[in-house]
Amino acid sequence: MSEPFLQIIDVSKRFDNVVALEKVNLKIAKSEIFSLLGSSGCGKSTLLRIIAGFEKPDEGKILLEGKDITKLPPHIRPLNIMFQNYALFPHLNVTNNIQFGLKEEKISKEEINHRVNEILNLLELNGLEKRKINEISGGQQQRVALARCLVKKPKLLLLDEPLAALDKQLRVQTQFELVNLQYKLGITFIIVTHDQEEAMSLSDRMAIMKNGEILQIGNPVEIYEKPKDKYIANFIGTANIFNVLNKNNQIIIKELNYEIKNINNIENYVKCLIRPEKISVKKLENQSDNLNIGLVKEVAYLGSYTKYLIDVNGFEFYSFMQNSLVSDNLQIRWDDKVQISFSETSIYFFND
Amino acid sequence: MIKDLKKQNVWFVFTPYLWLVLFFFIPLALIFKISISVSEWGMPPYRDLFSLSENGLKINSTLGNYLFIFSDPFYIRSYLNSLSLAFTSTVLCLLIGYPIAFYVAKSKPSIRNILLIMLIIPFWSSFLLRVYAWKVLLQGSGIINSILIHLGLIAEPISMLHNHYAVILGVVYTYLPFMILPLYGYLVKFDLNMIDASNDLGAKPLNTFVKVILPLSLPGIVAGSMLVFIPVVGEYIIPEMLGGSDKLYFGKIIWDEFFVNRDWPIASALAMSGIVILVFPIIIFQLMYAKYNFKNE
Repeated sequence: MSEPFLQIIDVSKRFDNVVALEKVNLKIAKSEIFSLLGSSGCGKSTLLRIIAGFEKPDEGKILLEGKDITKLPPHIRPLNIMFQNYALFPHLNVTNNIQFGLKEEKISKEEINHRVNEILNLLELNGLEKRKINEISGGQQQRVALARCLVKKPKLLLLDEPLAALDKQLRVQTQFELVNLQYKLGITFIIVTHDQEEAMSLSDRMAIMKNGEILQIGNPVEIYEKPKDKYIANFIGTANIFNVLNKNNQIIIKELNYEIKNINNIENYVKCLIRPEKISVKKLENQSDNLNIGLVKEVAYLGSYTKYLIDVNGFEFYSFMQNSLVSDNLQIRWDDKVQISFSETSIYFFND
Repeated sequence: MIKDLKKQNVWFVFTPYLWLVLFFFIPLALIFKISISVSEWGMPPYRDLFSLSENGLKINSTLGNYLFIFSDPFYIRSYLNSLSLAFTSTVLCLLIGYPIAFYVAKSKPSIRNILLIMLIIPFWSSFLLRVYAWKVLLQGSGIINSILIHLGLIAEPISMLHNHYAVILGVVYTYLPFMILPLYGYLVKFDLNMIDASNDLGAKPLNTFVKVILPLSLPGIVAGSMLVFIPVVGEYIIPEMLGGSDKLYFGKIIWDEFFVNRDWPIASALAMSGIVILVFPIIIFQLMYAKYNFKNE
């Protein structure tokens, strides 16, 4: 990353002595889709509101293209925010909502009309110009909220839970539309979300937050495959976490009583992660080399794949199997004995 | 089961109507009857509308009372005084009440309830007492004059009582909660994100107020203004206690006609005219406003 587009330096914020943000540092590149991901109360929304200018940080600085914007009031900042509930103006129609921000700039009427039409086309809102906000659907409202921001041609767009108010089917479709839109316009997006799937599918990079601190920053693959700790591993997807023992150069996964043969240096790591989709189960027939025998405790058929809860010596973990790959597995039932296998390269070692 | 419920509902709706008919329409009709009667000495001090004589049934009705009051500038001036008092105090209540309502609506729910109770507590004491308290405060030997003299700001007590400023003060003080409460009702539902959104889109705080907050609280402003304006037009007690002879108000005139001059027909005609003059513009306004709201919803 050369010159970072947005820099957040040592930002801290307290509300009545409750820490909302603690020395947060972040660098975001131009034209990046960056997600702030965390459960509620982790400080992600506070950080977004500080970037937008609605809250002042107690300490720290925010630089946009190298310029300190920490003290600028929101109406001067060259960025826009889309609210979770959209915060559209109910007394104005679609067009007036969209041109609200433009009217605050010194722009000619022709220019305003031109830009409003442009954005109406881009977001496929034609025909709704004169409608009131409560006369259009939730998906349309979301696009009006987006249009109201984008028509200002901001350098940075902040999105607070942009898809949370939509129903599930619309959400998936809108995810792709958002990414396409960002690609077309090249505007930097910062998205706040609590939905890890949303963050994974939208972002170039993401930050995992907890208790006002950033735990890990990385692209979705890094965060999923190489989580820094147990919290992140569990927060992103389903995690099977095992203890590892290093005894006389024998590396053993304790719960499975399985000896790892092809890896001989695990430094000081004491835990390992194997994602459920990397563990396969098969109805017990014959022995294989990294064999372990488990008992199926639960089966959840989910169409494209099936979730199995496996018990080995009283320790439970998950295995996810693609149904298309192993149709035999459809016959696995509760209380069946299965053999478990995984590739040793899919084991990821880490500390608590 | 459903039938029973419906029956209950009918009574539920009917009771307030019964109340209205008994204590509002019937007295109003009686006042109207008196207003078209002929004044005379006696008890009651007007002639019966219908009387039986040798020539049969006679109707003793007249429009003379109305003609009389509309030909006398004295009555018209007092009515205009009352309208001007109502207008001034409505505007003042709005200017003072809006920031208060906004502040209460914006504060945390725990503090909000305390603030609301503080607004309502004065209602627990008698209206008369509250107005009388102002009399005590404002009089020559009152607390305000005493403090000013003590501080050396004035040498002699200022006469603050018995003029129309004291009346405006008393009216604004008394009617302020009627402005604040409906305004609060609308502002508390107001999504504060909209203020942030407006700021974020480049609107300065003043523009945000004019373009977003004000239009969205308009129904509250209308409701509050009605609640202040209409009763103040007929306000009698406050001008009587705090007012002087510089301005005469309509309520006081009606009182004097009833109880001092014992001219019930004139007093009734005044009351009826006052109502009619006020009611028609309000009905037209409400219809237009309802249409405007309908278009906006």
